[in-house]
Amino acid sequence: MSKLMSAKTKEILLGPLAKNNPITVQVLGICSALAVTAKLEPALVMGISVTIIVAFSNVIISLLRNTIPNRIRIIVQLVVVAALVTIVSEFLKAFAYDVSVQLSVYIGLIITNCILMGRLEAFAMSNGPWESFIDGLGNGFGYAWILVVVAFFRELLGSGTLFGYQVVPQALYDAGYSNNGLMILPPMALILVACIIWVHRAKDKELQE
Amino acid sequence: MENVVSIFVRSIFVDNMIFAFFLGMCSYLAVSKNVKTSMGLGIAVVFVLGVTLPVNYLLENYVLKEGALVWISPSLKNLDLSYLAFILFIAVIAAITQLVEMVVEKFTPALYNSLGIFLPLIAVNCAIMGGSLFMQQRGFANIAEATSYALGSGVGWLLAIVGFAAVREKMAYSNVPAPLRGLGIGFITVALMSIAFMSFSGLKI
Repeated sequence: MSKLMSAKTKEILLGPLAKNNPITVQVLGICSALAVTAKLEPALVMGISVTIIVAFSNVIISLLRNTIPNRIRIIVQLVVVAALVTIVSEFLKAFAYDVSVQLSVYIGLIITNCILMGRLEAFAMSNGPWESFIDGLGNGFGYAWILVVVAFFRELLGSGTLFGYQVVPQALYDAGYSNNGLMILPPMALILVACIIWVHRAKDKELQE
Repeated sequence: MENVVSIFVRSIFVDNMIFAFFLGMCSYLAVSKNVKTSMGLGIAVVFVLGVTLPVNYLLENYVLKEGALVWISPSLKNLDLSYLAFILFIAVIAAITQLVEMVVEKFTPALYNSLGIFLPLIAVNCAIMGGSLFMQQRGFANIAEATSYALGSGVGWLLAIVGFAAVREKMAYSNVPAPLRGLGIGFITVALMSIAFMSFSGLKI
């Protein structure tokens, strides 16, 4: 086990959570990150799905990396990813139909999620399967926590609920509080991500441009 | 015909790929440093969307949908291949992008020189795949509607990236707080543009 969790693998796992976050630092996979965050539940499901797909496609490509001809590698990667996405999508349709309806096309769009291609190109093509698996997990978690934070604020302020349960008490509404409808609309996702980036870069001065 | 025009206009202004669905955001943020290159990428997107979406429409309606294969034999009435949609769509997109790249290179070298570098990138642009998936979801009545949706979405994307690039060029001269510089202020700009585009949402033609 000591070999499995050396300092390097720990760095690979934890780096993407903050210093090398796929969304706020590498700017990958923004498309789906913004669109599914109006509610907490789809955001969480999306985060988990992406984590699973990145981790396993990383492993598969890493195992195949010495046999893939360089010219057609993009197509091979796309096919591997598309197969995994199909499995996840069918699984969601069978066991979590409501969420899969809410996520609509964005599950399919995981195929063209830049995180996948980015990690496959930058990491799995040149590293062993175990490191690639860890790298996939790290990046998936890094992606998921941003989604969850954004969705938390959007759902709380926009609908007064969390996971569909009412958290803002009725008394507050009676006193004149009302939900902020703008939070549900797409632009607020962008502004919230911008705020996360702001806080993140204010703390970590190295990342400033 | 009316429907075709209405779909075209709606997909540019109301269902804008960037401002309503955030599709193709990665290349949108990466390539919008100046107006000229973003124009090139935008045109490439219009082009590839306009070619791939009708092809995927035919694929969806004559191969994948439940009962779509009756034209081969009536016994295939209950066959539903739609779970293959992701793989086939992405394969079509990757193959067509490759093909378009080769054709453009052979026949119009000038266009190739301005678009060339962007074409391979487009295979993994979510706007292209997203267009095909939305087409599948909306179930357009005929291929003309699907094509007009494709071109409209492409033009909407082009409009969005050129506008953003123009704002970004000017932004270089403004004094932005250090932690927001670059990516952060970019996001806020897109958000404000998206709010502006919402004023079109009641649009009816």
